[in-house]
Amino acid sequence: MTEELRHAVSLRVNGIHRAATVVARRTLSDFLRHDLGLTGTHVGCEHGVCGACTVLLNGDPVRSCLIFAVSVAGESVTTVEGLRPDPDSLSPVQQAFHECHALQCGFCTPGFLTTVTAGLAENPNPTPTEAVEMIAGNLCRCTGYQNIVDAVLRAAQIQRDSL
Amino acid sequence: MKPAPFIWHGPTSVDEAVSVLAECGRDGKVLAGGQSLVPVLAMRLASPAHLVDINRIAGLNFVESTPAGVTVGALARHRALERDAAATTAQPLLAQALAFVAHPTIRNRGTSVGSLAHADPAGELTCVLALTGGHILARSSRGERRIAAADFFLGPLESALAADELALHAFFPALPAGAGSAFTEVARRHGDYALCGVAAVVTVDAAGVVTEARCGYLVVAETPLVLEVTEAALTGEDALADLAMAAVDPQSDIHGSADYRRHLAGVLTVRAVRQATVHARARRQIVAA
Repeated sequence: MTEELRHAVSLRVNGIHRAATVVARRTLSDFLRHDLGLTGTHVGCEHGVCGACTVLLNGDPVRSCLIFAVSVAGESVTTVEGLRPDPDSLSPVQQAFHECHALQCGFCTPGFLTTVTAGLAENPNPTPTEAVEMIAGNLCRCTGYQNIVDAVLRAAQIQRDSL
Repeated sequence: MKPAPFIWHGPTSVDEAVSVLAECGRDGKVLAGGQSLVPVLAMRLASPAHLVDINRIAGLNFVESTPAGVTVGALARHRALERDAAATTAQPLLAQALAFVAHPTIRNRGTSVGSLAHADPAGELTCVLALTGGHILARSSRGERRIAAADFFLGPLESALAADELALHAFFPALPAGAGSAFTEVARRHGDYALCGVAAVVTVDAAGVVTEARCGYLVVAETPLVLEVTEAALTGEDALADLAMAAVDPQSDIHGSADYRRHLAGVLTVRAVRQATVHARARRQIVAA
């Protein structure tokens, strides 16, 4: 096969305009990690099952391993690096994960943080059942999920308290 | 787990898309949400030479509801359809079924028309299109044609779309007055592929007695199966379950045996008809008032 055609892709990542020239089969997850150096987004299964690569696309959580970077040129992406309000503090969801010990190895955590951030924006007062549903599309092999569910509820409380 | 190389096309109009598809022929594949296609590419179960990415085409991302039914554009994401109040009013079965389509994160990107074109017999919307008697509007450089649901699903992952055709929209007829609907399925975890799923549309008369009942099935046949179950529904729940169990043709796999899936078809048929009957009676009172 002749050399693969490359495409100039620019998009807004965590509020900053970023660009790179990549082959069409470059997934958004690899684009973020390899081309932009944003290695906070983790890649687990690479076929949309595990949820580790979840980022926010125009505010909505999506699997970045199931989207080609070239398909979302010009759009707006938020990764785990973009969740904290400033370099010295944690977002309410990050703070809650820290407090509740909602991570062990941390591999799945970026996907949980983005998913829960969007989930709480949509439903700021989840019941325990709704908290379970919120994270049902993300796999964790360490915690057994209880601490993550606790963290979802704790994050909601931190957000309420800060109002 | 990386897709093989392909040539990417990013048409900005339907005309451009169908002309590219005509040039690519059998080597081309349409990319919409990609939530089914990209895993297939990543696992290299398929490696089309050309991908025609329709995400840049304006005017395909719409959901339009009229008293006749709901028209869903090729770029409408599952989540948008699920949240569309007018669509839910016109055809409640859509939102009822969409709640079972994968996880919300997948529904944010996956398109409803794309999942129909994918023609997976495990796809919830394939069952809804078949049960409601909807259709797909397909366009190619040769012209436009309407494909009825009954003619659209040819086999597992095989639709009636020709290689050069783009599915422009899907149409789901409205739920008639006096009718109710329900969608139910059993999966290992909510959001996973179903072991068996059943949708029901039941019509009742002014006294609340069932006058018509039909069920649609996913997973337990090669294409979405639709059964007329009115008589069995009037006879009793055992007759209903027996009818369903005799009609389905499930396969065994690591997640469940054929016998278990057949059993589920019976149980879920009874459950779906029961729920749809309750729904129909409730809607009738609303309509009457």
